Amino acid sequence: MSILQQAWQWLVDPANWSGAEGIPALAWQQIRISVYAMLLASVIALPVAIALGHQRKGGALASNIGNIGRAIPTLGVLIMFAVSPIGVTDFAVVLALAVFAVPPLLTNTYVAVRDVDDEVRDAARGMGMKPWQMVTRVELPLAMPLIAAGYRTAAVQVMATATLAAFIGAGTLGLPVLVGFGLQDNGQLFGAAFCVAVLCIATEAVMAVVQRLLTPKALRRGADGRRAQLIPALEPTIDDSAFAH
Amino acid sequence: MSAAAAVPNEPPNPWFSWAFIRDNQELLLTALREHVSITLVAMVAAIVLAFPLALLSRRYRRLEGPVLALAGVLYTIPALVAIAILWPIFGLSPLTVEIALAVYALLILLRNFIAGLDGVPSDVMEAARGMGFSNRRLLWRVQIPLAVPTMLAGVRIATVSTIGLVTIGALVGHGGFGSLIIRGFEDNLYRAEILTATLACVLLAVLAEVTLLGVERLATPWARRRRAAA
Repeated sequence: MSILQQAWQWLVDPANWSGAEGIPALAWQQIRISVYAMLLASVIALPVAIALGHQRKGGALASNIGNIGRAIPTLGVLIMFAVSPIGVTDFAVVLALAVFAVPPLLTNTYVAVRDVDDEVRDAARGMGMKPWQMVTRVELPLAMPLIAAGYRTAAVQVMATATLAAFIGAGTLGLPVLVGFGLQDNGQLFGAAFCVAVLCIATEAVMAVVQRLLTPKALRRGADGRRAQLIPALEPTIDDSAFAH
Repeated sequence: MSAAAAVPNEPPNPWFSWAFIRDNQELLLTALREHVSITLVAMVAAIVLAFPLALLSRRYRRLEGPVLALAGVLYTIPALVAIAILWPIFGLSPLTVEIALAVYALLILLRNFIAGLDGVPSDVMEAARGMGFSNRRLLWRVQIPLAVPTMLAGVRIATVSTIGLVTIGALVGHGGFGSLIIRGFEDNLYRAEILTATLACVLLAVLAEVTLLGVERLATPWARRRRAAA
C-alpha cells in the first residue's frame, strides 16, 4: 500500500477525528494558542512601534530587535519556559510564540508608520490635527497595508511554529506528526502532516483576506482604476544608515 | 532556583553553570561543528539554486508568478513537518535536515534576489543599453552589481533564520545545539544544558549576522560613500 493510501486511511479513520487528541481538538488548540500569541505580541509591539514610527526615531532599535529576534531559536525559548515554573502548559507555548512574533510585528509596523509621506503629515498638521489625531486618522490608515502584510507573515509563521509544542508534549497538530514519526507509521505521519499544511495554508488565505479588508478602500485601487496590487509579504528593509550613528 | 533548593532531596538545577560548560566541552564543540556544517551546506545549496532560478524568472517573466507562489506555499509548511516527511526518504541523516532548510532558505533568497534585480532603475538599464551593452553585459555589469546589496541582505536574513531552524533537526538527531536542548529537556529538565545550548545558538546567529553585515558593507563601497556624504 502506498504512503498516500496509508495517509488517506489515517485521515478517514473516525477515531482520529474525536476526543481530546483528535484532529479537530488539536487544530482548535493550535489556533487558540496562535491567536493568543499574536494578541500578546501585538500588545507589546504595536504601541512601541507606532510611537517610534510617529516620532521617526529609534530606527536602530527597531532593526536591532528585528535582527536579534530572528537569531533566537524558538525551540530553545519554548523549552526554557517549559522547564521554568511555568511548566509544560499552553501558556509556555503562547509566551514562546509571542517572543517569536514581536520582532517582525515591531519592525513592520515601525517602518510602515515611519514611511508615511512628509507632505501628508504636513497637511494634517496644517489642518490643526493633534499628534494623536495624526496617528489615528492619517498615519495608521496609510500604514495599514504594510502593517497588515507584517501581520500576515507573522501569523502564518506563528501558526507553523506552534507545532513545536509537540516537542514538549503540549499538543497541537504537531503531536500526531511526532507520534507518527516515533511509531514509524507513515500513514499517520503523512496524514497529520497534511492536516498541518492545510491549517497553515488556510491561515495564509484568511490573513490575505484580512489584509485586504484592513486596507482602506482608497488605497485598494490604483490611480488608473485597476486594483492595486497587494503588497507582498516581504521583509521590510530598514535604512541601514541607522547603524552608522 | 531557590524553590528546588528548599526540597532537600531534589538536586539543584541552576540555569547557568560554568561546570557544565567545562565538563562538556567535547559535546558542545561537536554540536557547534554540526550546527555550522548543516547551516553551510543548506545555505550553499540554496544560493546555488536560487541564483539561476531568480535569473530565469527575470528572463521569462511568466515564470515569476508561479515560482514565487510555489515558494510562498512551501514556506508556510512548518520545518518540523518538512523534516518529518523527508525522513522516510533520506533517513536519520544530516541530509534530511539540510534539504528541508535549503528549501526554506531558497524561498527567502528567491524573493530577495528577484526584488534586487527588479529594483534596478529602468533609466540605468536604458542608459546602459544606449551605450551599446549587450543583454549579457547588461546583466553582469549593471543589473547584478546593482542588485548585490538586496541579494546579500537576503543571504544574511536566510543564514540567520537557518541557524535558528537547525535546532529542529533534533527530531532526526541532527539539530546541532537543538539536539542538546532536546536532550536537556528529556534528561530530567537539565536547565544548564538547555540554556547554554540556546545561548550558543543565539551567539552563533549574531556572529553570522555581524559577519554578513560586514560583507555587505565591503561589497557595496558606493553605499558607504553615500552614507558618509549624507
